[in-house]
Amino acid sequence: MATAQTRNLARTMMAPAVVLLFIWMIVPLVMTLWFSFQNYSLINPMMTGFAGLANYTYVISDPSFVQALINTLILVLGVLIITVIGGTFIALLLDQPIWGQGILRILVISPFFVMPPVAALIWKNGFMHADYGLISHLMRFVGLKPIDWFAQYPLLSVIIIVAWQWLPFATLILLTALQSLSEEQREAAEMDGANAVNRFWYIIMPHMSRAVTIVILIQTIFLLGIFAEIRVTTGGGPGFASTNIAFLVFRTGILSNDIGAGSAGGVVAVIIANIVAFFLMRAVGKNLDA
Amino acid sequence: MGSIALDHVNKSFGDVQVIPDITLDIKDGEFVVFVGPSGCGKSTLLRLIAGLEDTTSGHILLDGQDMTKAPPARRGLAMVFQSYALYPHMTVRDNIAFPLKMAKMPKEQIDAKVEYAARTLNLASYLDRRPRALSGGQRQRVAIGRAIVREPKAFLFDEPLSNLDAALRVNMRLEITELHQQLKTTMIYVTHDQVEAMTMADRIVVLNAGNVEQFGSPLDLYNKPANRFVAGFIGSPKMNFVDGAEAAKHQAHSIGVRPEHFTLSRTPTPGAWKGTVAVAELLGSDTFLHVNVDSFGLFTVRTGGEDTYKHGDDVYLTPEPTRIYKFGPDGKAL
Repeated sequence: MATAQTRNLARTMMAPAVVLLFIWMIVPLVMTLWFSFQNYSLINPMMTGFAGLANYTYVISDPSFVQALINTLILVLGVLIITVIGGTFIALLLDQPIWGQGILRILVISPFFVMPPVAALIWKNGFMHADYGLISHLMRFVGLKPIDWFAQYPLLSVIIIVAWQWLPFATLILLTALQSLSEEQREAAEMDGANAVNRFWYIIMPHMSRAVTIVILIQTIFLLGIFAEIRVTTGGGPGFASTNIAFLVFRTGILSNDIGAGSAGGVVAVIIANIVAFFLMRAVGKNLDA
Repeated sequence: MGSIALDHVNKSFGDVQVIPDITLDIKDGEFVVFVGPSGCGKSTLLRLIAGLEDTTSGHILLDGQDMTKAPPARRGLAMVFQSYALYPHMTVRDNIAFPLKMAKMPKEQIDAKVEYAARTLNLASYLDRRPRALSGGQRQRVAIGRAIVREPKAFLFDEPLSNLDAALRVNMRLEITELHQQLKTTMIYVTHDQVEAMTMADRIVVLNAGNVEQFGSPLDLYNKPANRFVAGFIGSPKMNFVDGAEAAKHQAHSIGVRPEHFTLSRTPTPGAWKGTVAVAELLGSDTFLHVNVDSFGLFTVRTGGEDTYKHGDDVYLTPEPTRIYKFGPDGKAL
């Protein structure tokens, strides 16, 4: 954008999109903030007016809120650990020269194209069903007692499903990083007497650290708001065992018809996401410099 | 000790034969340069010696020991790559220390060796910098430092100066030659630049299409080229060749005269070749004349810097009779 004319032209051309996106963002946010300070329950439509901080104290003092917060953290961390470690491992394997590499890569990436509710349904009925799921069949085949995944390990089940969905993303980003490592550097390390483990630890890992940072940042943003997988499989239960913050907002606002408290929960969720983002950027963001 | 012997080494990539059959003997302490046009297989040959490529057939012996199947780390050779291949996330100190760390050497010993290498290479004040904060020449020296701390049997250089600017290249050329005199370790150096080859080597291997055209000292190659390819490749500017009747006068299929082996005259001389100056390149110390010789084509002639030939001048060239190289129909020197 060299001249004033091109600069003005660019701004004019971009303006409609920017304005539209701004409205799209600001209207729901303002409405949520507004509702969170109002008495607004569909069960009791007569009770209206300013509620002060009542909605917030109601949400935060609720014991299920603390549990949902812990569940959210476990869910995010669990999926991150599985996808980053598993993704690194699969990326290292896919980087080997093998026959049918192209097809294999597409197959590995394909789970990412499956919509979350569909993926959750496949896992719920195809794999993890206590009676006729594939895992139950296999366990019976080797003589073990089948597990009722969603009743016994609800949060773990959700973690497994979400990790399965996000593994391709991590693999893809990490594989790209792996392939950008210069061949001469690997060869130099080989000449310097580094074995495969040392090459991975001293050469490949530092090279991939930026890609790992990007995977962690992007995934965290999406994982904080996991909803469809919980809705389709456990419905947040048993009790609140697999309810995260996003699902708690849904339960309060939609299932319990308390729009005011639900909005307050939404605002709290936004604040929590920002706190997480702040610490995350401090912890891993330095890898993105330079 | 660091003698390297290649015994009927052959290398093919799929159906493409890069190196048909090479047998070479490199003595301990020698500075040998592999030189040849791009794609002649010189880098491949170096990588075969390093162990970064597998030989298709033949043997590679280091100090008389067959190392054909040994992994690179076990061969005890150090390599300096064209891109330097420094580890970008490590400081200069860690880069140089890396091979020693991999060899599980005690920390104090590593520090001492790194300090020594850094002092030898004038890197002492850069030890805590990252490679990206260094200039091209400094990076080159770090790569050399990483090679010398290991005290290898031999150094392998893969076109190490091609990423540097002209002035720095001359400098680094001297530094590497000096390093060789200091360490007296075998060095193999790959380049496409015949000036580097001539100035640095004890002996030069001229490669063409995977074949050794000649293996000898720089002056041997210059004075007694084995064939027309070597004659044309060694020497700058290139040798001038004449085929046909003029060559037949010397009982040869073709003859060659180097640009520096002509006597020039403005007046007709018996037996001289008459030509017209097309371009005069004035370098100050020398002048290179590109002369259109009637019926032979374009010749390059070197003359003193004070000569004042210019475009369009007629000039008579007399080749020095003892400096005419004769080649047979197969290109071999007669």
